[in-house]
Amino acid sequence: MAKWEMMTGNKAAAVGAKLARVQVIPAYPITPQTTIVEYLSKFVEQGELKAEFIRVESEHSAMAACIGAAAGGARAFTATSSHGLLLMTEMVFWAAGARLPIGMAVVNRALAPPWNIHVEHTDSHSQRDSGFIQFYAKDNQEVLDTIILMYKVAEDERVLLPAMICLDGFILSHTYMPVEIPDQEDVDLFLPPYEPKGFLLDPEEPLTYGSLTLPEHYMEMRYDIQRSIESARDLILKYSKEYEEIFGRYHGGLLELYKVEDADYLLISMGTLGEEAKVAADTLRREGIKAGAVRVRVFRPFPTETFVNTVSEKKALIVVERHLSLGGIGGALGTELKALLYGKTDVPIFNYVTGLGGRDTTYIDLAKIVKHSIKTGRPKDNYMWYNLKMG
Amino acid sequence: MEMADFFHIMPVSKPSVGAVGKTGTWRVFKPIIDHEKCTRCGLCWIYCPDESIELKEDDTPKINYDFCKGCGICSDVCPVKAIKMEAEEIG
Amino acid sequence: MSAVRNLGLTKERFLLPGHSACHGCGLAINLKIVLKVLGKRTILVIPACCSSVIQGPYPKVAFKVPTMNIAFASTGAAISGVSRALKIRGIEDVFVVGWAGDGGTVDIGIQALSGAAERGENILYICYDNQAYMNTGIQRSGSTPYGAWTTTTPIVGKKQFPKDLPLIMAAHRIPYVATASLGYLADMIRKLRKAKEIKGPRYIHLLSPCPVGWRHDSAHTVRIAKLAVDTWAWPLYEVENGRVKVTVKPKRKPLKEYISLQGRFKRLTDGEIKLMEEEVIRRYEMLLKMEKSGIEF
Repeated sequence: MAKWEMMTGNKAAAVGAKLARVQVIPAYPITPQTTIVEYLSKFVEQGELKAEFIRVESEHSAMAACIGAAAGGARAFTATSSHGLLLMTEMVFWAAGARLPIGMAVVNRALAPPWNIHVEHTDSHSQRDSGFIQFYAKDNQEVLDTIILMYKVAEDERVLLPAMICLDGFILSHTYMPVEIPDQEDVDLFLPPYEPKGFLLDPEEPLTYGSLTLPEHYMEMRYDIQRSIESARDLILKYSKEYEEIFGRYHGGLLELYKVEDADYLLISMGTLGEEAKVAADTLRREGIKAGAVRVRVFRPFPTETFVNTVSEKKALIVVERHLSLGGIGGALGTELKALLYGKTDVPIFNYVTGLGGRDTTYIDLAKIVKHSIKTGRPKDNYMWYNLKMG
Repeated sequence: MEMADFFHIMPVSKPSVGAVGKTGTWRVFKPIIDHEKCTRCGLCWIYCPDESIELKEDDTPKINYDFCKGCGICSDVCPVKAIKMEAEEIG
Repeated sequence: MSAVRNLGLTKERFLLPGHSACHGCGLAINLKIVLKVLGKRTILVIPACCSSVIQGPYPKVAFKVPTMNIAFASTGAAISGVSRALKIRGIEDVFVVGWAGDGGTVDIGIQALSGAAERGENILYICYDNQAYMNTGIQRSGSTPYGAWTTTTPIVGKKQFPKDLPLIMAAHRIPYVATASLGYLADMIRKLRKAKEIKGPRYIHLLSPCPVGWRHDSAHTVRIAKLAVDTWAWPLYEVENGRVKVTVKPKRKPLKEYISLQGRFKRLTDGEIKLMEEEVIRRYEMLLKMEKSGIEF
């Protein structure tokens, strides 16, 4: 029987990895990810999880060891955050290019200087071109469920790419919530023990991986990554449904939709802002504004058709995000959504940047943002700051 | 999309003799073994950086000119000076 | 009599002809010998270095052992991952080998290597030291010798003595550290065979003459590798369970015999050669003292 437990997002990540029967865990501590590493060390040392824990000396080495482990035929998992992810960047791109289905939890945190340990999505957005599949969670249950799901998708022969689950620093990582822990036997049925389907370092078949590739061949390998990650769209939907059949939970496929159908205005966001957006939609509806919420659960592959079909007929889209591309024209989500919808619909798209460095952003803020955009009519600026305290 | 319709273009390479082609074309000087002098010690074989000297059953060395780059190491290490380097004929 | 036959090396080839190493490449000789000793059940992990180029371009490769190319700084960590994966899969008879140049070992890769050594990973790390960044075109590294010309020490030559990585590795108290030179084949093969039998982190530092970067005749690779040892410029020693042992003790030849064959030392003044020779002697004698004293790392 599945059990319920009050746990933090970090414990949910560790328990998810354990249920996924990860075999090699190279990891390095960084706030606010640290307790994931601590829980997993404990699981391994207590013999609850048959895995090799590698206490590496940096995040760069954490992902390098994941790459080695996956190429050596093991299911590999790591977790990091913020500067750790940025130090790891070279190997993040390498893991995807190497076509190894590694799993990673990223606890979203702002970047220094100045030091800040609170939530922001700049760290994981910096990896959006890497070839990693990217999930963003709204609560701790979704963290646990998605870790199991992401291996299923990543290891599919059509995909063979690494995947990350992103969870908001402190808001999820350190907040206790009730989480249902599925039975190991059920998880094993959904996600059987690892069998490498892609590249394997095997003396019986002495292949060389990632050797020098000239312009004549390189582009096709990039094309293959793109085609493979795109094939993950359908597979995420398919496996999310299968997951629901076994475990009774569905967190949305690529997009989680809330009161979208009759809505005039859609709040579009990621991570825990997606939960606030639901409350904001209800709040606005009580005031007679027909609002709905769209939570982008999967940022890579970017939901394309689903997005177009969901949002095209609305009066306005209000994208609120904890990210800004410095020197750019907005946050990653707002910018990409505009690019996607260009020429397909005339719906106005507002992009609000807020909540950087963990600044509190609640449903009250989101409701205000919607009202502000209704009043504005059509966006005058590429993006707007919200809750900026100047002077 | 069914698996049958799907194939990958992966960065995986297979072992091949002549991975970069016939490197014998790089040669400027050609090693010639004097089998009368050769003692079959095997030094030329082990020190050839290009694996272009094979030892026959009786340890007689045989140069594979398809791949020998003509570096001259075999001639330099030969303890009885049984390998001469001769200029390649051009053209 | 065949001296080479007595070394018991297989005729099987793991480095295939038709690779793209330069004429007289020391690395190619080293790799060929290493693979002949370690055999078929070897996994190579290679960072950015000459070896990532000489293997040849996709879709063919000149290596006949499973090989993974990896980013420059990460060899020590990547082999840790491979080794642990094999362990959890119950595979015990495969040698996981990090094969890296000096830049990838003493400079950018030292952190990952140090971490792997400290953790006691079951790995064999081999640095083929051609004493500069040869793959990018002869730039100075932490392993470039004093006085050497490189393209980033183009006028005055390098002004520092190289980092002593074998002793740094010995300070990690790993079971086995050794230096070797292809000029002393029996010594090199014995050390590789010994490393093969040991579990845990093993580190071997190979001298790897580079005709292009050292500016020497491509025919002289073996001669130079031997002279390096005979002039004490490349002491051959091993540190087994913390104990230093100088494995070859040649009667010292003047350093000039070694450096005069190499264009990279062409501009050295007599004073600089003297300074270099004093350091070479000091370091060799230090190793002898360590051996004699029986101190343990």
